[in-house]
Amino acid sequence: MSPKTLSLLRTFAPLLGIAALAVVMLVVAPAVLSPFRLNSLGKYTCWAIAAVGIGLAWGRGGMLVLGQGVFFGLGGYSMAMHLKLEAAGPDGVPDFMLLYGDGTMPAFWEPFRSGPFTIFAILALPAIAATVLGWAIFKRRVKGAYFAILTQAMAVVFATLLVATIQETGGFNGLNQFTQFFGYNLYDPVNKQMVYSITVVLLIVCLLIVWQLYRSRFGELLVATRDAEERVRFLGHDPANIKLVAFVVAAMMASVGGAMFAPIAGIISPSDVDATASIFLIAGVALGGRALFLGPALGALTVGYGRTSLSEAFPNQWTYFLGAMFIVVILLLPRGVGDLPRLVRSALDRRTSA
Amino acid sequence: MSTHTHAPGKRSLDYLEIRDLTVDFDGFKAVKGVDLTLLQGRLHFLIGPNGAGKTTLVDAVTGLVQGTGLASYGNQNLLTMKSHRIVRAGIGRTFQTATVFEELLVLQNLDIAGGVHRSAWGMLLARRGVPTYVEEALATIGLTALRDKPAGTLAHGQKQWLEIGMLLVQDAKVMLLDEPVAGMSAEEREQTGELLQRIGHERTIVVIEHDMEFVRSFADLVTVMHAGTVLAEGSIAEIQADPRVQEVYLGHQVEAVPGDTGDADQRSDHA
Repeated sequence: MSPKTLSLLRTFAPLLGIAALAVVMLVVAPAVLSPFRLNSLGKYTCWAIAAVGIGLAWGRGGMLVLGQGVFFGLGGYSMAMHLKLEAAGPDGVPDFMLLYGDGTMPAFWEPFRSGPFTIFAILALPAIAATVLGWAIFKRRVKGAYFAILTQAMAVVFATLLVATIQETGGFNGLNQFTQFFGYNLYDPVNKQMVYSITVVLLIVCLLIVWQLYRSRFGELLVATRDAEERVRFLGHDPANIKLVAFVVAAMMASVGGAMFAPIAGIISPSDVDATASIFLIAGVALGGRALFLGPALGALTVGYGRTSLSEAFPNQWTYFLGAMFIVVILLLPRGVGDLPRLVRSALDRRTSA
Repeated sequence: MSTHTHAPGKRSLDYLEIRDLTVDFDGFKAVKGVDLTLLQGRLHFLIGPNGAGKTTLVDAVTGLVQGTGLASYGNQNLLTMKSHRIVRAGIGRTFQTATVFEELLVLQNLDIAGGVHRSAWGMLLARRGVPTYVEEALATIGLTALRDKPAGTLAHGQKQWLEIGMLLVQDAKVMLLDEPVAGMSAEEREQTGELLQRIGHERTIVVIEHDMEFVRSFADLVTVMHAGTVLAEGSIAEIQADPRVQEVYLGHQVEAVPGDTGDADQRSDHA
């Protein structure tokens, strides 16, 4: 093979990876999995969408985003509010408001009757929130552990706020009992599979976006910022702006994941968006390999599957297993399981050259 | 060089003028009222014992530390600007320890240095081929053969050249180089000096240096700093004859400046 074909292959190998993932998830999985399992896979896919964004922000940008649950929640609750209003019917009021309050709906719910507005909100809310927050954080040059703690605290605040506002957001129970998804009955298995397929397509779109970002000059600059932030200043860039872009894109992806999570899981509650949920998102990314292209998505799918299967087999001890797995991976493969091929290759190289 | 005799500001000659620059670290004045005129086309060396304030002066001009006074370049006072704006105004610098982006290729290192000239949308596109200005910079710094290597695998001297190449790509009109030949072999120093002479004609280059042999070989103009002030300025011969300069170096001959030769061969094993 000529060097030119080789370099072409290297550029487009990630696309082959995406194509393989698409075939497995869109064709093979629906054919072999029961509707229940397929729905579970849909849930993992939502986490994977958020994980792709974390890979961008953390793996390439070096920002340990420990509060992605907040953005996952912004999308999830936006979608859930719309679904709740759809279930309530025109001029209807969500059932829990009658249960916990006097049945008057807060004004901020009203726009979510509109489907297009909801989709706009799912993209715009996290973008605005992340821009304001990121601007304040990065311009002040908050980084490293302080950044991680700050984002983590944000998730705690967000979940606490949700729990405290039972009349507006359903409180601890969250929002559930959705019947319709943009006019499609959610009790119909065909429609459920459609929602699953949409989620997979969104994952693929997110992967394509980061693929382009990684190979772009922005991607190179982001890695440069991660490795030597101060040096980037002397290339004539404000590193705060570079990090901000990655942070906002990651927030939007988390929001999209959250938005699809609501109809698939049938519920969104504070426990899906709190600090623990945020750490589960990070765990998948770390496991798969944060700086690798497919690492975050595959890691999140694996951790999602692990949660389900371990919790079925060991209802009480499963979190210990997951914790242990996390420790082992961080100790032995700090760059994630996806780094294994590279390690094997370099070990073989060393042996042949010795 | 006839350019020496021109007054600053005349016609197309580029210059950076520093007036009464003071840097105050909580009461300790690292730089005290320094006046300096840096003129295009001459290799200007900044020497002096450790702690003389050379690096601090460069830090102040590039926005890394806060300074008072005036550092004017093209009608702008650099002391009021942020680092990345100063770079965009055409002032580039290197650091004592070469800081290239180790995980990126040599080519990528040079390419992102050209980012100052690109639009925000252009940043989202992938690089196609090798831009001519990158190719030229590669040839100038002599790293064409290594362009597809990760910068982290370069030898120490090559990293310094890469940094100078990045300044070329970002089209820095003023280059402030902090000890570019430290830790280099004699041969590498020679090559670096020649490189600086080649690129120096249309630029304003300032080099902070301890290595007197290197200063002697390549300096057009030398400024000696001591305890935050300018002690003397002139040609290398004038500086060496100056009794105040000799006194600063503890009565020794200027040849015995700390940091001279000694470790020159330490790094000669580079590929």
